[in-house]
Amino acid sequence: MNKYFVKVEVKLKPLVLDPQGKAVSSALNNLGYDEVTSTRIGKLIELNIEGDSEEKVKEAVTEMCNKLLANTVIEDFSIHITEEINA
Amino acid sequence: MPKFGVIVFPGSNCDYDCYNALKNILSYDCEYVWHEEQDLTDFDCVVIPGGFSYGDYLRTGSIARFSPVMESVRSFAEKGKPVIGICNGFQILVESGILPGAFLKNNSLKFVCKWTHLTIENTSTPFTCSIKPGEVLKIPVAHGEGNFFIEDHSLESLISGSQIVFRYCNENGESAPSSNPNGSVHNIAGICNPSGNVIGMMPHPERSCEDIIGGTDGRLIFESVFSWIESR
Repeated sequence: MNKYFVKVEVKLKPLVLDPQGKAVSSALNNLGYDEVTSTRIGKLIELNIEGDSEEKVKEAVTEMCNKLLANTVIEDFSIHITEEINA
Repeated sequence: MPKFGVIVFPGSNCDYDCYNALKNILSYDCEYVWHEEQDLTDFDCVVIPGGFSYGDYLRTGSIARFSPVMESVRSFAEKGKPVIGICNGFQILVESGILPGAFLKNNSLKFVCKWTHLTIENTSTPFTCSIKPGEVLKIPVAHGEGNFFIEDHSLESLISGSQIVFRYCNENGESAPSSNPNGSVHNIAGICNPSGNVIGMMPHPERSCEDIIGGTDGRLIFESVFSWIESR
């Protein structure tokens, strides 16, 4: 068994309005950061996982995303896996 | 006598309001059902109440949908028996895929707790069959994530399939953007499944069953389903 560290990014689909992002965007503009033209807010989920291979971990996490971690009606997800090397 | 089951999840907080409306105000037969139960054979109607099941963690309703009782609710619904999800109950039905769509934060980003007016778009469901077409109901909402979202092509099929049951409107029954409390697409306040026996609605009919708390229009929803069950 290898140990993996997995980051799952969950973002609202581009077509879905993000009122939270919009509010933060205008707050940044109000602070003088005029260069900010848009803001989108998502979630970062970190998992520690044991598994045989990166492919198998990816397969399992994809299933987790589809079942629970993301709602694919409104959200997209991306998975980033790094293997943890034992010291 | 039709028997109502009110499902209780960890974090439900309108379960007693529903029980009180059904049992004490309307004098119906009603029992609580803990979310770990799986046997719904005693019941004629299932109510999934509002609240903050599992603290609304991750997304509203996303964890409650995996409670053991939800598989039984799914097969109960597939048999054509009436199921109503109110507020968080609606969110749970949507997360479980029993009803289409998804919920986003209110476009005001605020928790909205106020009276709303609703038009009845479909009076042929078990929960609306005693309501006259064109009637305007006054029922309160209380939610932070009631902004109903559905993709355009699915919205079209909701409309063509008469699956929109309630829309937010003003006192005169006109659906204007100003009468929309949360930004829901098409002013949607409640929908049903294609066969009409499963309804989800954000407004709380159980909180509008007594004059002393401001109105009794919510009774019409429960009285409808009661007479629908009795007539079978």
